[in-house]
Amino acid sequence: MPNLKDLKNRIESVKSTRKITKAMQMVAAAKLRRAQEAAEQSRPYTERFNAVLGGLAAAVGTSDGAPLLLRGTGSDQVQMLVVMTAERGLCGGFNSSIVKLAKARAQALLAEGKTVKILTVGKKGREQLKSEYADIMVDHVDLSEVKKLGYDHAKDIAVDLLKRFEAGEFDVATIFFNRFQSVISQIPTAQQVIPASYDAPESEEGSVGSDYDYEPDQDQILADLLPRGVATQAFAALLENGASEQGARMSAMDNATRNAGDMIDNLTIEYNRSRQAVITNELIEIISGAEAL
Amino acid sequence: MADTMQFDLVSPEQKLASLQVSSVQIPGADGQMTAMPNHAPVITTLRPGVLHVKGPEGDVSYAVTGGFAEINPEGLSVLAEKAIPMKDASMSDLEPVVEAARTAASNASPETRDMAELLLADLETLLEDMV
Repeated sequence: MPNLKDLKNRIESVKSTRKITKAMQMVAAAKLRRAQEAAEQSRPYTERFNAVLGGLAAAVGTSDGAPLLLRGTGSDQVQMLVVMTAERGLCGGFNSSIVKLAKARAQALLAEGKTVKILTVGKKGREQLKSEYADIMVDHVDLSEVKKLGYDHAKDIAVDLLKRFEAGEFDVATIFFNRFQSVISQIPTAQQVIPASYDAPESEEGSVGSDYDYEPDQDQILADLLPRGVATQAFAALLENGASEQGARMSAMDNATRNAGDMIDNLTIEYNRSRQAVITNELIEIISGAEAL
Repeated sequence: MADTMQFDLVSPEQKLASLQVSSVQIPGADGQMTAMPNHAPVITTLRPGVLHVKGPEGDVSYAVTGGFAEINPEGLSVLAEKAIPMKDASMSDLEPVVEAARTAASNASPETRDMAELLLADLETLLEDMV
């Protein structure tokens, strides 16, 4: 029979665990709201940007004169995988699901005989990928000191990527991140950023007609905007990832809190039973003692 | 002719302004240009500089570090990489803007150097005024 004192200690320890998970859940809920607001705020920019760039890209097309960033190097031999994960754990399957997707892609590409390079953003992804792919991981972006995600962080990532692209280090770059669907559902997503694929706007409403004047000229604007497009996409991915991370953590901590509650209930029942058994035992001893007299 | 148009100023981090204005002066790639209602549609890149917005609700200025602007007869959208309202701007906020303008000026091709330097000079005066 478990010792009464041990049981009591365990109940206390689970109770304090529950307090911690409850607090983490509430912190994640507050952060999630902020992350969603940030994603909301960036949307007008991203939408406008993509509309303009989409129109321009459609006008230039994929002819030989188009910038490399748009039409690509004509090869897909060297693939760069940018894996965005969280800096912290305790957020359910958030990190693992991105890593799983990235690993599957890396495996598939390697099987095709392609060269794969991996750039990680966020500590957790690096830790998980290190064991298998340490030799092809080219760089790591550390955001653990970052309190609030800004455009500058995305820009740094984009500048780094573009530098490598111009140096011919890779042909195709794909970003891996979690798209925020809801608190309980985040979708691991792979998005190709280089060469950029912009859909020409379909609706007349937001579309950029060809009747625009361009200053300086179309090509120069495109050359100016495409690098910015990479940064914009990276920023959008970072924001989606941030919201997803908090959502995942919130539901994970909610589950943990509930499990701790169940555990406390079970332990309390066991504790009461054992206590009752002890009392019954003592009574039996007293009664049989009295009868013996 | 309409005397106001829609003006939107957005940066990746937030929407800074969305209002009716009568004219906006923007630091375009080929020089300062002023957008007014019924302007011909233009897309231009921006240099680091200052946006002057004139409207019924008064004049506002924003420091921008570059980006681009889309002008059409109904209005104007500025997509700035970073934009700071001048009235809230402090020295430390503006220094990166001026720094960006300085690099832009030193990298500018000979034909556009004059403009870039002019903008830089504008910004530097602005900075001095604030001290």
